[in-house]
Amino acid sequence: MASLRCFLRSGKNAVSAVLRREFHRTSPAAVQVTVRDALNQAMDEELERDERVFLLGEEVAQYDGAYKISRGLWKKYGDKRIIDTPITEVRMMINLSKNHLRMFLIAGLRPICEFMTFNFSMQAIDQVINSAAKTYYMSAGLQPVPIVFRGPNGASAGVAAQHSQCFAAWYSHCPGLKVVSPWSAEDAKGLLKSAIRDDNPVVFLENELMYGVPFEMSEEAQSKDFIIPIGKAKIERQGNHVTLVSHSRMVSLCLDAAAVLAKEGIECEVINMRTIRPLDAEAIETSIMKTNHLITVEGGWPQFGVGAEILGRIMEGPAFNYLDAPAVRVTGVDIPMPYAKILEDNSIPQIKDIIFSVKKTLNV
Amino acid sequence: MYIGLLQIYFIVPWLASCFRQSGARVVVSARTYADFTPQATFDIKKCDLHKLEEGPPLQAMLSREEGLQYYRTMQTMRRMELKADQLYKQKIIRGFCHLYDGQEACAVGIEAGINLSDHLITAYRAHAYTLTRGGTVREIMAELTGRRGGIAKGKGGSMHMYTKNFYGGNGIVGAQVPLGAGVALACKYLGKNELCVCLYGDGAANQGQIFETYNMASLWKLPCIFICENNKYGMGTSVERAAASTDYYKRGDFIPGLRVDGMDILCVREATKFAAEHCRSGKGPILMELQTYRYHGHSMSDPGVSYRTREEIQEVRSKSDPISMLKDRMLSNNMASVEELKEIDVEVRKEIEDAAQFATTDPEPPLDDLCNHIFYNNPPMEVRGTNPWTKLKSVS
Repeated sequence: MASLRCFLRSGKNAVSAVLRREFHRTSPAAVQVTVRDALNQAMDEELERDERVFLLGEEVAQYDGAYKISRGLWKKYGDKRIIDTPITEVRMMINLSKNHLRMFLIAGLRPICEFMTFNFSMQAIDQVINSAAKTYYMSAGLQPVPIVFRGPNGASAGVAAQHSQCFAAWYSHCPGLKVVSPWSAEDAKGLLKSAIRDDNPVVFLENELMYGVPFEMSEEAQSKDFIIPIGKAKIERQGNHVTLVSHSRMVSLCLDAAAVLAKEGIECEVINMRTIRPLDAEAIETSIMKTNHLITVEGGWPQFGVGAEILGRIMEGPAFNYLDAPAVRVTGVDIPMPYAKILEDNSIPQIKDIIFSVKKTLNV
Repeated sequence: MYIGLLQIYFIVPWLASCFRQSGARVVVSARTYADFTPQATFDIKKCDLHKLEEGPPLQAMLSREEGLQYYRTMQTMRRMELKADQLYKQKIIRGFCHLYDGQEACAVGIEAGINLSDHLITAYRAHAYTLTRGGTVREIMAELTGRRGGIAKGKGGSMHMYTKNFYGGNGIVGAQVPLGAGVALACKYLGKNELCVCLYGDGAANQGQIFETYNMASLWKLPCIFICENNKYGMGTSVERAAASTDYYKRGDFIPGLRVDGMDILCVREATKFAAEHCRSGKGPILMELQTYRYHGHSMSDPGVSYRTREEIQEVRSKSDPISMLKDRMLSNNMASVEELKEIDVEVRKEIEDAAQFATTDPEPPLDDLCNHIFYNNPPMEVRGTNPWTKLKSVS
């Protein structure tokens, strides 16, 4: 029996949700690992495995990371592999020139670039899109860009408008990028390792409120070669009545809503997207063919968002004919994030919003 | 003289306590104003100059009134920040909270060198500037606690406070500098002899957009005073580890610069006056580096001792504290009495307590306000809520 506890830093009461999944049994060697530690492990293992991998960012070295994700790494690997940068997001440029130097050699450097939050990535977004994403295409296959951009994305708790934006839709819009959004500790570890090993630019969207949340990590996941393929979603909870598709922290809310709805006899199938681009439309379609109802749940804004893309794809694909009701998006409110707690709480989806949407969709 | 002492230590405090009970304000000092030095001249540190023939004067005049006002304002800032620290630890303030204690001389000195009709923009360590630019302690604290009486109605928080001619409060490092130059452009365009003070930190000083701003401000001779508040650390990174050149006052290259002792309010004021004169005379931008120090860590989530020693912090506190420095100057020149300053302390404490009381009891913003203030001068519109069935109202 897997058990999950979600602690939300905004001061909400801790909600315990016990999942009734059968396909994952607690093995004696499973341990509780926080998302933070999982990310740390992933980077540690990849730094050890490949000398070309290095980490750079603000406060990642001597400060142990602004959110302590890189704790201990500088002590272990030193100045060469873990680099503190000044507050200049355009350090991207430096990374990329390192790659360019190696154009014809087999070995090229593989940077992990930490943004203190993705809000600051806007300072460097030109480099991410125009230098990282498009280069392999523009060079017709000559110049790959094996770089990982990672950091916390989306709303936190009380950090107001300039620090709470979700960039999943912005980055996923661009061909040439892979965009990953993990939820659990296993997701974090497996996907970060995959991202680092991937020879393409990967935008790795973490979530600050998930860093401290512990998840059970199977023995398999604890191994140094555990990777999760990019581009494959995971069904976190089986159900028959409605498909809830989500990513990152909102997966927790979907599971909580599902637990509440189960008491009323409504069984939700919860899909954890894991990757935003490339989108695992097939997994969503297969699920809709079973449940006939779709609701997407995200923290970002509605217009041109992740949910909008999913709904568009479903409309255009085979699963449309299986829908018994219009597919629906649950999203953040279409406003800049306010500071006051009561306003902030009402600016992002809550469990009650998901439950409300499910019932409206199922017409119950 | 002995009678005087008698008055001070026995009779006057007794008198004062009588009056205080009735709530009336009391001038505790037994001596009349005529006994105090009305004005004194102080030597101040010479500023290092870059591309300037001469700098601010080496002496500053301080009147008793000015001194008391500066003291009161700095003390208010100090106590306000410490109260914010307390409220943050009680989780009544959430999110980010960047405190300014230690740097008071900068905010007060700058304001003393310009007018309220001038403009100012800074980064996120902005509570003190919100105060000098016309905000009240009540409004500031209520904004920190996210209440409807907050200066931004609870919607902005610590980093997003605004007043007339004060453009925040900006969360993205360095982004306020181009904005400040833009305000300076508007000043020049409108021809009202106003200028813009544009602040940033030693961490932000390495941002590319700042150098772009230097270029344009200089090219177009914008009335912009760039001020780098160098508190030696950009979050956890010391200046030596972040900057190839730590002479921040020189980094404007073609922009003249001065390096100022940011712990001495008179030094800051004189330098600001000098810089303002430079801008207003049409000579273009000028850069000031204020050497200052913050006692707290970068923000409330940073203890501030993993990258610097407690001894260092203690040393600055004991040798260079801006409030102590002003106090010593005034007392040793007979410009104020100990009791008078203590009285100010008491009043300040009361003001902060009142403000904190307001900030913790004022109700949160109403939910109706959630979607307002998206657009200016716009007809009312509908905003999508968290699901397609929820349509919320938005007015300008």
